[in-house]
Amino acid sequence: MKVGVLGLQGAFVEHVTILERLNVKAIIVKTKEALEEVDALIIPGGESSVMGKFMKKEGLDQIIIEKVKQGMPIWGTCAGLILLAKDVHNNPSYLNLMDISVQRNAYGRQLGSFVIEEKFAEQKIPMVFIRGPIITKVSDHVEILSVVQNEIVAARQNNILATSFHPELTSDASVHEYFIKMCQSV
Amino acid sequence: MSNRYELNKNLAQMLKGGVIMDVVNAEQAIIAEQAGACAVMALERVPADIRKAGGVSRMSDPKLIKEIQSAVSIPVMAKVRIGHFVEAQILEALEVDYIDESEVLTPADDQLHIEKDQFQVPFVCGAKNLGEALRRIGEGASMIRTKGEPGTGDVIEAVKHMRAMQTEISRISALPKANIRHEAKLMGAPVDLLMYVHENGKLPVVNFAAGGVATPADAAMMMQLGCDGVFVGSGIFKSGNPQKRAEAIVQAVTHYNDPKKLAEISEDLGEAMVGINISSMPEEDKMANRGW
Repeated sequence: MKVGVLGLQGAFVEHVTILERLNVKAIIVKTKEALEEVDALIIPGGESSVMGKFMKKEGLDQIIIEKVKQGMPIWGTCAGLILLAKDVHNNPSYLNLMDISVQRNAYGRQLGSFVIEEKFAEQKIPMVFIRGPIITKVSDHVEILSVVQNEIVAARQNNILATSFHPELTSDASVHEYFIKMCQSV
Repeated sequence: MSNRYELNKNLAQMLKGGVIMDVVNAEQAIIAEQAGACAVMALERVPADIRKAGGVSRMSDPKLIKEIQSAVSIPVMAKVRIGHFVEAQILEALEVDYIDESEVLTPADDQLHIEKDQFQVPFVCGAKNLGEALRRIGEGASMIRTKGEPGTGDVIEAVKHMRAMQTEISRISALPKANIRHEAKLMGAPVDLLMYVHENGKLPVVNFAAGGVATPADAAMMMQLGCDGVFVGSGIFKSGNPQKRAEAIVQAVTHYNDPKKLAEISEDLGEAMVGINISSMPEEDKMANRGW
């Protein structure tokens, strides 16, 4: 299995480092050719407006949509979560793959960024929120995996995983392990 | 280290592989965001105009910063004068996402930089070499950029500063551990931070290029030299077609290692900023010499 990390902008190297630590083959994806090669994809944290724009310009968006519809596992962290959503408050949506509504910068500016220990799929882990989004609505097809301060911050819909926080910024690899298991079972 | 400092370093990680663009008003900020900037830097005048205008150059009007904050959803940074801790307090009160303690503005203190660890809001600072970078990090900066020579459109100084840092990092990594304390003394750098560089072969924070980047090729060159992302000041809004050039520079930072793609990106961008050749610039006009 080869996991791609979308490398248009943002903290993609951090994901690659953790995947390699878990002995998973990981590549950085910047082109259509690289995207065709991978069995799963992570969309990292960064600026959703930047990644969304260039994903479209480079024609990566259509390939991602097609592959995910055919069952390719995908995980979006922070900006990645925004790109997966079908509805983004006051902003256009991008990939329209997941039945969730999200609010960008839900905790305000950088001074609102925080770290907290909370449960992800029944396990307590450190969660880092950097100008993070929240999930404001989910459909019945979506399983809620984390709730922090009454807001949904992690969810899954079949082969699609989304987290508002950044597991790639901590030394705890549980969410990456969860995603790998998800890849193996899908 | 406190959580806040870690979170501030984390925000810089999110900016990696991106371009931070200087803007002087909300309209420019919107153009920058649409062109793919990962953050904007608010200032009163771009460096090229600061050079032309002369006089004292200060923090922007808070009203302008607020207008920019409400116009875009990407992080908004703003500049303060070196050592001007009250300008920094004001920017913190405005909740900017990053403060640039910048040599582009006229320094307010001839000896001290701001004690950045006294603030909640993150700081980025310029540096010409490893010692300077580590002094700034020691004061609390959570991101570093090369100084380059702002407002010139001449990339030579940014290259010089990035190479200086990389060469010193390689040298420090190769030295025996016993030499580090002495090296720290020579460099004027905090020992613990130099020890980090010795052990990890890199700076403990994200390092961007800045000062003189005017073309996609300039940006890609800085990336190949090992920086994490790029600041572009006068290079965009002093060029013939800001939107197109801005977009091209963003793509060049992503595809910095792909010459074919860079050739496509560089095509038909209109006039680059006119620029000033640094070799003909008197030493006292150089902004990079500001900061201690």
